Amino acid sequence: MPTRLSSPDSRPTLTLHFEQREISARQGDSVASALLAAGIKSFRTTPVSAAPRGPYCMMGVCFDCLLVVDGVPNQQGCQVQVRDGMRIERQLGAAEITP
Amino acid sequence: MSAEGQKLGLAIIGAGPAGLSAAVEAASHGVPCRLFDEQGAPGGQIYRALESTPLRERSLLGADYWRGGELIESLRQGIEAGLIDYRPEHTLWQLNRERELGTLSRGRAALTQASQVIVASGAQERPFPVPGWTLPGVMGAGAAQVLLKSSGVALDQPLVLAGSGPLLLLVAAQYLRAGVPVAALLDTSPKDALRRAAPYLATALGAPDYLLKGIKLIRELRRHGVNIVRGVEALRAEGDGQLERVGFKRQGQWQEINAKTLLLHQGVVPNVQLSRALSCRHRWREDQLCWVPELDPWGESDAQDIFFAGDGGGIVGAEASKLQGRLSALQVAARLGAITAARRDEIARPLRRALARELRIRPFLDALYRPNEAWRRPSDETLVCRCEEIDAGQIRAAVRAGCSGPNQLKAFLRCGMGPCQGRMCGLTVAELIGETQGRPTAEVGYYRLRSPIKPITLGQLAELEIPEPRAAKTEVD
Amino acid sequence: MATHDIAVIGGGLVGAAIAFGLTRQGLGVAVFDEGDIAYRASRGNFGLVWVQGKGLNHPNYIEWSLRSSERWSSLAAELHALTDIDVELRQPGGVYICADQQEFEQRRALLERLRTQSGGRFEFKMLDHQALAERVPAIGPEVAGASWSDHDGHANPLYLLRALHLGLGRQGGRYLSGAKVVRVSRDGDGYRIERADGETHHAARVVLAAGLGNVQLAPQLGLHAPLKPNRGEVIITERVAPLLDIPTHNLRQTGDGTLQLGDSHEDAGFDDGTRVEVLKAIVRRNLRLFPRLASVRMVRAWGALRVMPPDGLPIYQASRSHPGAFIACCHSGVTLAAMHAGPLADWIAGGPVPDQIASMSAERFDAHTTVVA
Repeated sequence: MPTRLSSPDSRPTLTLHFEQREISARQGDSVASALLAAGIKSFRTTPVSAAPRGPYCMMGVCFDCLLVVDGVPNQQGCQVQVRDGMRIERQLGAAEITP
Repeated sequence: MSAEGQKLGLAIIGAGPAGLSAAVEAASHGVPCRLFDEQGAPGGQIYRALESTPLRERSLLGADYWRGGELIESLRQGIEAGLIDYRPEHTLWQLNRERELGTLSRGRAALTQASQVIVASGAQERPFPVPGWTLPGVMGAGAAQVLLKSSGVALDQPLVLAGSGPLLLLVAAQYLRAGVPVAALLDTSPKDALRRAAPYLATALGAPDYLLKGIKLIRELRRHGVNIVRGVEALRAEGDGQLERVGFKRQGQWQEINAKTLLLHQGVVPNVQLSRALSCRHRWREDQLCWVPELDPWGESDAQDIFFAGDGGGIVGAEASKLQGRLSALQVAARLGAITAARRDEIARPLRRALARELRIRPFLDALYRPNEAWRRPSDETLVCRCEEIDAGQIRAAVRAGCSGPNQLKAFLRCGMGPCQGRMCGLTVAELIGETQGRPTAEVGYYRLRSPIKPITLGQLAELEIPEPRAAKTEVD
Repeated sequence: MATHDIAVIGGGLVGAAIAFGLTRQGLGVAVFDEGDIAYRASRGNFGLVWVQGKGLNHPNYIEWSLRSSERWSSLAAELHALTDIDVELRQPGGVYICADQQEFEQRRALLERLRTQSGGRFEFKMLDHQALAERVPAIGPEVAGASWSDHDGHANPLYLLRALHLGLGRQGGRYLSGAKVVRVSRDGDGYRIERADGETHHAARVVLAAGLGNVQLAPQLGLHAPLKPNRGEVIITERVAPLLDIPTHNLRQTGDGTLQLGDSHEDAGFDDGTRVEVLKAIVRRNLRLFPRLASVRMVRAWGALRVMPPDGLPIYQASRSHPGAFIACCHSGVTLAAMHAGPLADWIAGGPVPDQIASMSAERFDAHTTVVA
């Protein structure tokens, strides 16, 4: 498992909903950091071949950490800061456009 | 008209060493600026999350990291003095030669015109395409460092690092200091790297303690007993759905190590999305194997009143980036009438001397860590364009079929047309085309890039306020 | 000096389609194309195979477009068999969406005239909101309706271009990249072709299909190409799940899931950039028609320069002063590809003049077409 190195970490703890799980995160984490810290590596499947992908660059360059965040598809997980109660899902293939 | 629509004197893009230094220097001459940054906190990648990192034990991230504190302190003072209008969480999606900046923040797009612009959008890691590099669990070494700094998270173990360059060694050392074991460091430097770099050693000795730092890092890794494998000739990442094993070839033999994380790194290259979208003149730096915009001694590009400071204009490192940011700000201050040309030159003189000193190490580092062709021109089965899933074999075949360059390649294969807009494949594509056509990469050229340089939703664009008068001479049918 | 039966100047959709048709006849064809950076209308093409709304007061052009639409599926099949490239031709019909009732009535009136002028060959129907929503569920509540034509469809212009290049090569033609042509002149019975890089070629016949480049080359062969660039800005979005299986005149979903939005008509000279106010106008119009697209991300935009004759009709002509020299210019390289690869190429190869193109010479502009530069 990945490790949270900091103890004590004075940053407030938040809770995210990832698919069927609850994940604890720290204020200041990006969504991608929080998922990686929770041991989730595979964030999406590609629209081209349905291959699994996860974060590669963590700095907004690679677009491989795409997630559905609070119902909005194709969000760069490394560029979105966590908020308490956020709902996160994997981005499976191309985005669904709902009315 | 909203405040966003008013014309600015100086806009700065990026709050890393170059952008922060530019803002602080401008403020010291009474020149106000608006500083846009994509991150939520100042520091860029090198000083990332300096004010909030949970890793407060200073020896862990190292003195070079904490050195950024002074600059961020100056930023805070500039903000307080009302001279620096700092705008975190602002993504830039457009910059044109009219110096109109399109920004996106909290789901709202805005357009602002500035009379002077300093772009300090830094570097990205050089693409490192090897078979399996798209598997979850394979990441850039820079990504691991971002995780460490911003969240104090160490990735899943066993952990293998592979590649070359100072950042790779630094990340390994930081993990070890934190008590996280490193299973192996696979060194892809060519065997003759030291010999190639040796001619630049004398000059490098004139640079501040860089050489010593490098030697100390390697000693530190050895002291921890890290398995450093030299002379690695090929790499592959394997696993079912995520990384399970790293294969490497040495002396013609393949070996495997179990791994849950593989960190790849072979140096950094300028982020040229903006300079390319501006159609600035670029030249190929054979010493750094990358494109850079052509700049004058103040960092100004051929797009008038648009400057590039820091690694975005060629890799120089954090300390030199600060000096470049200050030099660009001086020219802007003079142009806006805040200081005379004579005063500008007077302040610039010692900065230029310091910059020259800082840059003495570069030729040595560039030669020492220059990745071999084999690492830049991958085997046919290796994915090059991660977005559209185009492999090197397809690219070579398209070029053999008459595809003339990177832009035609987009048309042939969709290569470079995904959401990353060529950031992850542009350099590899140029090298592969050059290789197949038997001509230098410098002649091949690069993707033509256009706005938006970051995605923007149609709804956000539709709601964009466009300052008048901008009567559109157009008919949309 | 390299010698060819026919030199086709221009490797875009028009030149490549003609060259493909010529190689089908066994002629030794060389296509001269520019390098990696050129204006390249073909790369900016929207990809419609489109008939409705075109050719008012020019029945020949209506018929020419109709025939191309009818022949397109056999061209696609031929290319697929030869090159294994699926050019993603879909001809499910196409809609022109009318935002309000006034637009709806104007559209109906226009298409009625076109039907009459085409002798009933062009067919269409008007769909009210309800009927449109059944076929295109993504439309917004305010949309009045649309015109529908079975003749319409779309294809992937990039794959088409690639298939034509590959196909003409498979049939023995040569595609020369980085071979910008600067001068064409008489050379015995044929023509001497001079490239920007200094290389020269000889060809018995020559076809100018260089898009906007024809303006400079045409006078050298006693031809006239009064073309102007007309900029169309196109927006490309991220890939999204299937949303729209029927193309509209300014929005279509490609085979890979990206949406293309266009298109503007601007007189912007040779500037192929984009302007934010134009992109915004394109988006606002499309969001009115398809409100749910608001959350879709745009990843790219470009300005493409159409090759636009003054009256919007193609120019096809054989030179009177220079036997064996031809010109072809138009801004509908996808729609008309089947005619360019078929009857037009056959004519250039020595066959009969297609009925429809007799009225499409540049002499309609009353130009001095026989003056040799």
